Amino acid sequence: MKQILTVANKEFHDGLRNRWLVSITLIFALLSVGLTYFGAAASGAVGVTSLSTTVASLASLAVFLIPLIALLLSYDSFVGEQESGTLLLLLTYPLSKSQLLLGKFIGQGGIIALATLLGFGASALLLYFQLGNTDIFRAFGLFIISAILLGLSFTAISYIISLSVSEKSKAAGFALITWFLFALAFDLALLALLVGVEEGVTQQGLTQLMMLNPTDIFRLVNLSGLDSSDVNGALAVAINASLSQFQLFSALVAWVVLPLSIAIFIFKKKKL
Amino acid sequence: MNTPLVSLVEAGKTYGQLDVLSSMTMSLNEGEVLGLFGHNGAGKTTMMKLILGVISPSKGSVTVMGMAPDSKEAWHCRSKVGYLPENVSFYEQLTGLEVLTYFAKLKGFNKKQAIDLLEQVGITYAMKRQVKTYSKGMRQRLGLAQAFIGEPKLLLLDEPTVGLDPIATRDFYKTVDQLKSNGSSVILCSHVLPGVEQHIDRAMILSSGKLLAMGTLSELREQAALPVVIKPISFKKGGLNDAVAQDAKLKHFVSGSCQNTLMVPEQEKLAVLKQLLSLEELDDVHVESANLEQVYQHFLEKHELDFQQKIQEGQGS
Repeated sequence: MKQILTVANKEFHDGLRNRWLVSITLIFALLSVGLTYFGAAASGAVGVTSLSTTVASLASLAVFLIPLIALLLSYDSFVGEQESGTLLLLLTYPLSKSQLLLGKFIGQGGIIALATLLGFGASALLLYFQLGNTDIFRAFGLFIISAILLGLSFTAISYIISLSVSEKSKAAGFALITWFLFALAFDLALLALLVGVEEGVTQQGLTQLMMLNPTDIFRLVNLSGLDSSDVNGALAVAINASLSQFQLFSALVAWVVLPLSIAIFIFKKKKL
Repeated sequence: MNTPLVSLVEAGKTYGQLDVLSSMTMSLNEGEVLGLFGHNGAGKTTMMKLILGVISPSKGSVTVMGMAPDSKEAWHCRSKVGYLPENVSFYEQLTGLEVLTYFAKLKGFNKKQAIDLLEQVGITYAMKRQVKTYSKGMRQRLGLAQAFIGEPKLLLLDEPTVGLDPIATRDFYKTVDQLKSNGSSVILCSHVLPGVEQHIDRAMILSSGKLLAMGTLSELREQAALPVVIKPISFKKGGLNDAVAQDAKLKHFVSGSCQNTLMVPEQEKLAVLKQLLSLEELDDVHVESANLEQVYQHFLEKHELDFQQKIQEGQGS
């Protein structure tokens, strides 16, 4: 355990040193404060908009940003150390591969989690001061927890990438493709399936398909509780076949644990 | 005879079809310094990785401190092993002290020991600076400090003196001698370097995954049967050449290419020297035994010849 913490501490400090924490927090804070205030600008009003609109717009932006940031932060975790020779050196230490991986995960995941909490928490506080409504903390609480899980999931996915390639530049390329597939292509494919193929999928089937993509689970968590007027596309269909929030969160947690286990498995098999 | 610290029995490693290391048998005793020589791709690093337990042997067995180094039981032994990889570049954005503290903590030590080690390798003045500002020599010193964490019983050093200036090299060998007298064993992996001879007890010569020769330097010299070069010097007119050429005993040894040089087999050395000393014209004499580099080259050339012979035999049949 001490070994894991030593690695986690180092990775977390790397995140602080490289200004990752500050920049991610700033991006999230600016984004959420901006959306909170100006989200309704399109409808002609400036000022705090309704809670459900705010969370809906935040979620639809975060779903692109968080995976991208997580992938950027972690894609070179292993391949970078492999290139510089420190990975081999670390493995001659009394430190197992799973300890090293979990340590990195806790450290880098900690950066993502803290930045999400601070960045989005800021706008929750702001909204609370404006509206004085304690519902805000429930809605934002769910949003922030699911956002953190989404970030952790993509951190774990980027470890799989980082452990499967032998060059940093390749890892960067794969990270970008992964982001594109999960954040954009998957939904387009679903929509095509829904519209293009008659009797293709049932509502139930669609929801099950969405479990294959952590970004969709994140969307479901955050949009299902809201007025359906804020939601459109394939999602609106899926929402009606409602899964409980508990099931959705379990699916998100599975999307953290599973890639992490796969990454450990790949690391153990990896030739050095 | 106590059990050796490291022993390899017919250990080999293959990657797919490629035989990186083929049945290697060797042992290393406590307090012994072993030089591991061979050119790139000879299997030096693979052998080190086997001893470190980072990879497992494809065949045969490796034992370090009485255990297989890749097993779970050997876990606690790892803090007793120091390793300096070839071409390692430490976390550039961290300071020297931060890097060393990280590695020290992973071995169960603390910042204070890290500072002591930095002092030992002589880079305390730069410990608060980022590693990216370090010169090659300073990085190498940092790497050495890393390998020395926790006074290891076994040290594996891959090209330890690359990039070190002569003074740092001397300091390095001093540290090796000191570790040795404390009972640590060292495996020095290197291309043949001048100056390494005095510090190693035994040498191993590898080529393309095979052991070409192993033994103390004098044993290797004997095996190689390389002649001792003796250069008698005379300041007198006419010199020695005639006297040597006329001497029944000495004239056999005169080198074909160089008149004033004698090539003498090791066992004849003293006899020849005595004979030379009896010559009136002699003012001075240079005696040079074959050095490690020549021994190394001899074994490599011999290996090359054997290899070609095998190919020819193969073609003939």
